[in-house]
Amino acid sequence: MESSRHLIKLRNISYQYPGGKTVLDQLDFTLTQGDRIGLVAPNGSGKTTLLHVIMGLLKASSGTIEIFGKERRHENDFAEVRRRIGLLFQDADDQLFSPTVIEDVAFGPLNLGKSKQEALAISRHTLDFLGLTGFENRITYKLSGGEKRLVSLAAVLAMQPRVLLLDEPSNALDSAMKARLIRILQKLELTYILISHEFDLLSQTADQFHTMANGKIFKDEHEQVHTHQHAHIVGKQPHKHL
Amino acid sequence: MIPESFAQGDSLIHTIDPRLKIISALLYSLVIALSSSITILFAGLAISSGLVLAARLPIIEVLKRLSVLIGFLVLIWLLMPLTYPGETIRGFSIIKLSLPGLILALQISLKSTAILLAMMALTATMPLGTLGHALRKLGLPIKLVYLLMITYRYLFVFEQAYQRLLRAARVRGFTPGTNLHSYRTYAYLIGMLVVQAWSRANRVSNAMKCRGFNGKFYSLLDFQPNPKDWYFGLLMSFIIVTLATMELWNHLDIS
Repeated sequence: MESSRHLIKLRNISYQYPGGKTVLDQLDFTLTQGDRIGLVAPNGSGKTTLLHVIMGLLKASSGTIEIFGKERRHENDFAEVRRRIGLLFQDADDQLFSPTVIEDVAFGPLNLGKSKQEALAISRHTLDFLGLTGFENRITYKLSGGEKRLVSLAAVLAMQPRVLLLDEPSNALDSAMKARLIRILQKLELTYILISHEFDLLSQTADQFHTMANGKIFKDEHEQVHTHQHAHIVGKQPHKHL
Repeated sequence: MIPESFAQGDSLIHTIDPRLKIISALLYSLVIALSSSITILFAGLAISSGLVLAARLPIIEVLKRLSVLIGFLVLIWLLMPLTYPGETIRGFSIIKLSLPGLILALQISLKSTAILLAMMALTATMPLGTLGHALRKLGLPIKLVYLLMITYRYLFVFEQAYQRLLRAARVRGFTPGTNLHSYRTYAYLIGMLVVQAWSRANRVSNAMKCRGFNGKFYSLLDFQPNPKDWYFGLLMSFIIVTLATMELWNHLDIS
């Protein structure tokens, strides 16, 4: 595969939290154009840390980070990365800090140097795309949990990123909101990494699965034979499941 | 927690340029605060009430907000006439009602009520976000404006965090009392809140960086003055100048 299609290339990345716990240990990872990766791993295995290292929010203690064909080391390098990779945070309240929805969604485009009119147009378009028409002047803190999640996704998408990093986007969403999120992700046609614990979401939105253990990331390609236990009344009688 | 119940409305006052309302409210309050003539203060009270009526604010809610002030004023009416030195109008043994004390209490009551009503009608009739942007346009340093707006935004989050911690303590049988255990629990609670605030601030800052924040804020609001703003500005200028002139005139007369 030619290297120009490699959007993110991590080599020998290590990261320790202050206090000593090694979360990422000599990790290698490549993200290629068009990948839709589902990342499933236990809590504390370093999923969020990995995304934050990619965004330059956390500084790896060793290794090289190559994004969009350029090695990224310093804050300035990552400033450019952040313009083209969108990170959706676990907690939508971290992401929505403007008083109204439209101001929050337009925050990114304005930072990218768009004019007020352009920023407004992009923001309205993004809100429409996510089915949030009419939310412009809603007050961010008064939104419901699911609405907050979609608005923060709109805020990320309004920057028109090439890559999305989604940190448990379906966290605390009800099934209707989850279905809506799945439809949106299917419609997006973006390269993304999606952290989730929910297989019904992942099976519909990811093409390949990765998992993390001992500070490393692995591709999980094999179907595993496993059994399910279940219980229901009159289960002792001979019966069939459809 | 802060319902902003006055911010939404379709009265004339709601549609006036926010910058104009802020400046009018400030100057008007200044004149009222510096006036001492009872006539002017009564005129001020009437004008402020007029503004509240023009903004079509819900009267019950206005009175509710005034009641906070009234509690304070009752205290002044109890203390001032009894303690202020000066001409006594009536006295029973050691209790003496002083005339200057009564006048002072009346002045304070009129001033504070008039100013509070004007603030309700003029500055509370816009959402806090708009207030922030208007203050920015009026030249307030950007750091102060965003301190105001981000404080406002996250006040709710911290209120929730506090309630969550308190609930967690309560469901495990915590009942506040005057003992060391209660004080320690509250200290932990507040400490926890500070720690949470710190990590929240870090996460928000990261989220802002991820969206290309480079220390500069842009505002989407455009304020376009139109004829009714000019009329309102003229009216408020007229009121402010008239009141100020009357007050100055009084001072010249006396001297």
